[in-house]
Amino acid sequence: MHEWFNKDSIFWRLLSILIFFSAWEIAGRVPISPAFPTFIDTMEGLFRMISDGSFFEKYMITLKPLLVGVFITCFFGITFGVSMGLSDRIDWLGQPVFIVLQAAPVSALIPMITYVYGIGFTSKIIAVCILAMPVVVLNSINAVRNANTSLIEMSRSFQGTRMQEVFKVILPDASPMIFAGLRLGVAGGFVGIVLAELLITPTGIGDLISYHRSVANYAEMYATVLSIILLAAATVRFFERLEVRLFRPEKQGT
Amino acid sequence: MAAETSDTSAKAESIVEVRHLSKTYDGRVRALEDINLSFPKGQLTTLLGPSGCGKTTMLKIIAGLLEPSSGEVFVNGKKITGPGPERAFVFQDFALMPWATVLRNAAFGLELRGMAKNERNEIARKYIAEVGLTGFENSYPRELSGGMRQRVGLARALAVNADVLLMDEPFSAVDEQTRRKFQEDMLALMEIEKKTFIFVTHSIEEAVYLSDQVVLLSRLPGKVSEIIKAPKAAGSPDEIRRDKVYLDTVEHIWQTLRKYLEE
Repeated sequence: MHEWFNKDSIFWRLLSILIFFSAWEIAGRVPISPAFPTFIDTMEGLFRMISDGSFFEKYMITLKPLLVGVFITCFFGITFGVSMGLSDRIDWLGQPVFIVLQAAPVSALIPMITYVYGIGFTSKIIAVCILAMPVVVLNSINAVRNANTSLIEMSRSFQGTRMQEVFKVILPDASPMIFAGLRLGVAGGFVGIVLAELLITPTGIGDLISYHRSVANYAEMYATVLSIILLAAATVRFFERLEVRLFRPEKQGT
Repeated sequence: MAAETSDTSAKAESIVEVRHLSKTYDGRVRALEDINLSFPKGQLTTLLGPSGCGKTTMLKIIAGLLEPSSGEVFVNGKKITGPGPERAFVFQDFALMPWATVLRNAAFGLELRGMAKNERNEIARKYIAEVGLTGFENSYPRELSGGMRQRVGLARALAVNADVLLMDEPFSAVDEQTRRKFQEDMLALMEIEKKTFIFVTHSIEEAVYLSDQVVLLSRLPGKVSEIIKAPKAAGSPDEIRRDKVYLDTVEHIWQTLRKYLEE
């Protein structure tokens, strides 16, 4: 029985979800605003969208550029970041760009992208990348820079080559921080795709949100927003698992 | 007995030669100045001195991990230019990979040499047993105590079958009781392995207890102040710790080092 009250048990997770949704339900019934639906209304809205097919249809439109963008970010972001971390010269060339990008209010650039790349697929991918890339790159640089010097010395003392040093020591040692960057980057990617679909042209879930807002179907609108938040959270969690799986066997089962 | 030991060590050929070695950091801090030393084969030499005397610097230069500012190091008669297979290093902070099991850590030196997995694991298992860690092959470093972690570091260094083991304060991050046990095991291990050990420590007792030869270094710049042939007493560890010659040597070293501390 006491297992139920263990801090990691499913009981506490369910309880916190329950409390959150109840609070939402109450807030909706008060009501805070006529434009704020109750939790139950929102769920009904969600089922209406699922049953008329619009939900999955729109999600497919959103997910494609998001996936491509996230993939590009993971691959190039880590490659850039790691090479900058390993080589001062590449770092000197690249780092300022990413520092500026990270500090800049990048969403302001999104309308500009449309002038260059139109309102299609490419613009959305770019929106995802410019929001996700800087944090991935900068985290990778720092992760590699701060790799344990004693382990690097150990690899050298046993005549490890530079390649072995990078792949067997530096990258596994840097992986927690690189993955922390990836999680933030993926979260940024979600911001990018939603912004793009709201700002560039209403397509995908951006269309669902703006359409239902315009016809005052607040339940559907909130259901869409909730679903994208949950999807983003689940994706971030997936990356956490992936890291442990790939690089950190010692953390498994904890 | 003391005379006998120093006689044999005088005859022993040296495996590591350090000639006119100097190291200056940032062109200002003189860590080592004109060090000339020879390390007899099959013996344990301790580098002992106050902190900041450059003893770890010297060890890392011998390991090939640091470049000397001037001077040369010869191992087996050859001038060294970097790390080599005839030398293995044991790190003060253990330098174990937290994501790798004890077995993989112990076999890592062989893995870097490209040895096949089965072969290297078999060798690593043998040395894991020799340092007393059988049964922990699949544990991760964080599941081990400090003393056990350093045993993994030692197994890794032994596994590559180097002639010279360079140990940088290997027991300083280990608690006192574990440390004593570890020292006793080290003596037993030296009997089996017949390797040359170069050992850095700041513990006088540890130096005299383990060494055939103790090199005393002075501070800033590090210079050889005295070389003491430590008489290694026979008998059980407890007998050695109460041995008259042992205690006299410890006292003598302390009186010498004290001068540097008071300067």
